[in-house]
Amino acid sequence: MNFKLKDIVPQLITVLAVIFIFGFFTYNAQINMENRGIDFGYGFLSQESSFDVQFSLIEYDGSHSYFRAYLVGLLNTILVSVIGIIIATILGVIVGVARLSPNYLINKFAAFYVEFFRNIPLLLQIFFWYFAALRALPLPQNAEAIFGVFFLTIKGLYVPAFIWQNLSIFLYSIIAAVLAIVIIRIHAKKVQENQGKQIPVFYISLGLLFILPLLSFFIGGVSLSFEVPVLKQLATTSFIYEGGVSLPPELIALTLSLSLYTATFIAECVRAGIQGVSKGQKEAAASIGLTPNQVLKLVIMPQALRIIIPPTTNQYLNLTKNSSLAAAIAYPDLVLVFAGTALMQTGKAIEIVSITMFTYLTLSISISILMNWYNKRIAIQEK
Amino acid sequence: MSKINFLKPDKSNLYTYLYLGSFLFFISILDVFLNSFFKLNLTGFLPNFLSFLLPLILGFIGLYFIRIEYSGINKLDLLNKHINTNNFNAILSLLIIFVIIKSIPPLLSWFVIDASFAGDSKDVCSGSGACWTYIKVWIRRFMYGMYPNAEQWRINLSFVALMLLGSVGYFATDKFKKYLTLYYVVIYPLIAFLFIFFFISGGPVFFDFSYGIIAAILSIIIGFFIPSRFKFYYFLIVPLALYIILKYFLFFDEYIELGKLDGLNWVETGAWGGLSLTFIISFFCLIFCFPIGMAFALGRRSSFPLIRYISIGFIEFWRGVPLITVLFMSAVMFPMFLPADFFIDKLVRCIIAISLFEAAYVAEVIRGGLQALPRGQYEAAKSLGMGYWRMHIFVILPQALKLVIPGIANTFLALVKDTPLIFVVGLLEIVGMLNLAKTNPKWLGFAMEGYVFAAIIFWIICYAMSKYSYNLEQKYKTDR
Repeated sequence: MNFKLKDIVPQLITVLAVIFIFGFFTYNAQINMENRGIDFGYGFLSQESSFDVQFSLIEYDGSHSYFRAYLVGLLNTILVSVIGIIIATILGVIVGVARLSPNYLINKFAAFYVEFFRNIPLLLQIFFWYFAALRALPLPQNAEAIFGVFFLTIKGLYVPAFIWQNLSIFLYSIIAAVLAIVIIRIHAKKVQENQGKQIPVFYISLGLLFILPLLSFFIGGVSLSFEVPVLKQLATTSFIYEGGVSLPPELIALTLSLSLYTATFIAECVRAGIQGVSKGQKEAAASIGLTPNQVLKLVIMPQALRIIIPPTTNQYLNLTKNSSLAAAIAYPDLVLVFAGTALMQTGKAIEIVSITMFTYLTLSISISILMNWYNKRIAIQEK
Repeated sequence: MSKINFLKPDKSNLYTYLYLGSFLFFISILDVFLNSFFKLNLTGFLPNFLSFLLPLILGFIGLYFIRIEYSGINKLDLLNKHINTNNFNAILSLLIIFVIIKSIPPLLSWFVIDASFAGDSKDVCSGSGACWTYIKVWIRRFMYGMYPNAEQWRINLSFVALMLLGSVGYFATDKFKKYLTLYYVVIYPLIAFLFIFFFISGGPVFFDFSYGIIAAILSIIIGFFIPSRFKFYYFLIVPLALYIILKYFLFFDEYIELGKLDGLNWVETGAWGGLSLTFIISFFCLIFCFPIGMAFALGRRSSFPLIRYISIGFIEFWRGVPLITVLFMSAVMFPMFLPADFFIDKLVRCIIAISLFEAAYVAEVIRGGLQALPRGQYEAAKSLGMGYWRMHIFVILPQALKLVIPGIANTFLALVKDTPLIFVVGLLEIVGMLNLAKTNPKWLGFAMEGYVFAAIIFWIICYAMSKYSYNLEQKYKTDR
C-alpha cells in the first residue's frame, strides 16, 4: 500500500477546516435562532401567503400558498430570461456579423454599439430605461396607436390578444409538419448518399411549415381573431386600456436592457468564432467546387459553431442570473417575490435564501452539464 | 463619345458617371442635412411617403453610378471598397449616414445648446435641454455620498496619494524592478488599507477586520524565515492562531480606539458613498479576490482528490448564483451564522461577499491559463528538482498569468460594473445616490441627467480599463 503522510495531511487539514467552518456556522445559527425564537423548517411553504403579485403567468392571489408565490416568481424569471435570450441572440448575431463586414461604416457602427453598451453597468441601464426613458412615454389617453393596434404608454405596452378556436388542431398541424420535415430530411440524406441526387430540402420544409397550418385554418375549423385593447375611462383623469395583453413597463425595461447588454457579449463570441475558422478552410472548400452557400453551411458554420456555442451558453447563463436585477425596479421575479416579500413576511432568512440560491444553482448546473455533454459530442475526435 | 448605358456604369464614361453620381449623392445628403439641422423640407411638395424615401433613392442611384471598379482615382476606389461594395452595403451605408446626421441636432441641443449650466436652483432648468445644474448642485453627494463636506479632503488626499504610490512602477529604475511584485502584492495593499483605515474612516470601523489584516501581515513577514518545507503548514495554522491571539488575548476592549487618529472625526461606513465608495469596494475586492481565486484554481488542479472536490464545489457554487442573492445572503443570512456579539461592519460583509463571488470567476480564468500551458513546462520544472510551490511560483504561474491577462481584466471590469448592486445591503454608491437624489422633492424629474452622467463616468472608467488591459496584453505577449 502506497501510504504517504505527505499526501494525507494537507487533505485532512483542509477537510477539517471546512468542517470546522460549517460546524461553527451551524452552531451559531442554532443558538441565534433559539435566542430569537425562530424555528427551522420548510413547512411555511404550504401556508397562505396573503400578499399579491402584480404580474403573474399563473393564477395567483393572496389566498394561495408560499410555494405558489415561489412558482410565480420562478416563471417570471424564466419569462424574462427566455425573451431576453431570444432578442439578445438575434441582435448579437447581427452585430457580430456586422463587425466583420468589409463596409467601414457598418463595421464601426457595430463596434460603437458593442463598446458603448458593454462598458455601462447593467443596473444603470435598467434604471435608465425604467426611470428615465419609459417614464417619458405618453399617458394612456394621449398614446398614439402603432399600426393601429399596439399602444405604448407609460403604463406599459398593450398588444392585441389572440383568440383561438380549436387551437389544438393548429398545434397538431405544426407537429405534423415538423415530423414530415424530419422524415424528408432523413430520406433526402439517404437519396444523396445512394444516388448523389440533391433534394431541395429547405424549400420543401418551408412549404410544409407554411401549408399544413394554413390547411388547418380552412379544413380543420381553426379560426383566429384579435382582441384589440380599447381605451376606457375610470375617472376624469384616469384612463386604462381594456382587453388585449398588457406588458408592464418593468418587463419591457428589463428585457430591453438585458438583451441590449448581453447582445454585445454574444456579438463578440460570434465574431471570435467566425474569425477562428482559418481562411484556408474556406479556400479549400471553394477549390473542391462547393458553392458559397455550401461552404458556409458545410464547412464554416460547423467549425465556427464549435467555437461560438460554449461562450454563448455562458452568456445565456449570465443573462438568466442578471435577470435577478429585476428586484431593483420591482419586477416580480424570483428574488423580489420570494427573497424579498416572502422573506419579509415569514422572517425565515436561511430557508428562503437557500431555496433561492438552490434554484439558480440548479438552473446553472443543469445548463452547464448539458453544455459539457454537447461540447464533448461536437469536439473534434483526435486520434 | 460612346453611348451611355445608365444601367451599367463602366470606365469609358468615368467622369459622366462620377459627376452625376456624386451630384445625386450630395443632393441626398444635403436634403437630410437641411431637414435635420434647419427643419427645411426641400421635397415637401411630394407625397409624404415619397418625400420621406427620396434621399435614400437618390443616394442609392448616386452610389450605384460611382461604383466603378479600378477607376484609377485613388479616393473613389477607397470609397467603393469601404462603403460601396454592393447594393446592399450601399443602402446600409446610406442609412447609417442618415441616422448619424439625423441624431446630431437633437443630441447636441439636449446636451449643450438648450441645456442649463448656471445657477443653483431648479428654476433655471426650464428649457427643453438637460439640466446640468442638477448635477452641479449634487456633485458632492454623487462623489462622496453622505460623507461630511468638511471632511472630504481626506478622501481626495487618500486617493491622490494612493494613485501616486500606485504609479511607482512606471518610474522604477531597473535596480528596483525586481522588488515591484513584492511592493504591489504586499506593501501597496497594506498602505492602501492603512490610508482607508486610519484616514478615511478615522474611527474603529474595521475593528475586527483589522486584527485579520495585522495577523496576515505579521505571518507573511515571519513566513520569509520559515523553511520552505514547512511553509504550507505554517500558512495553514499560524495566521489563524495569530488572529485568535490578537483578538482574544492581546487586545482588550480598552484598545477599541485602535483606529483613532488625533484630530480626525470618525465617519461611519454608512455615510460613505458615491463614486469614492465604488473605488474603495472595487479596490478591496480586487486585492482579495485575486489570491483567493489563485488558491482555488490551484486547488482545482490539485492531485489530492479531497482538495479538488472542495475547490470544484466552491467555484461552481459561487458561479451558479447571482451576485444579488449573495449580497442578500451577506445582509440577512450571514449575521445568523456568527456569534451574537460578533459584529462585522456592513461594508466589510459586502466586500467579503463580492470578493468570494469574484474569486470563483478569477479561479476559472486562471485555471484556463494553467490548462493552456504545455505539459513540458511542468515536467521540465520537476526534472530540475523543483517542488510543488517552487515550480508554481517560478515557472507555471508567471506564464499562466501572462496568458490570462485579458480574462482577468474582464473579470475586474465585471467587478466594477457589479458594484452598484450593493444597494441591496443599503450602501449607496453613485447609482444608489442618483436614485436617492431623484426622489428629492426639490429636484424631481431629472432622472435622465443623473443616469446619463453616471453612464458617462462608468463608460470612461470601463473603457479605459479595457484599453489598458489590451495594451498590457500586447506588452506581455511573448512568442511561445
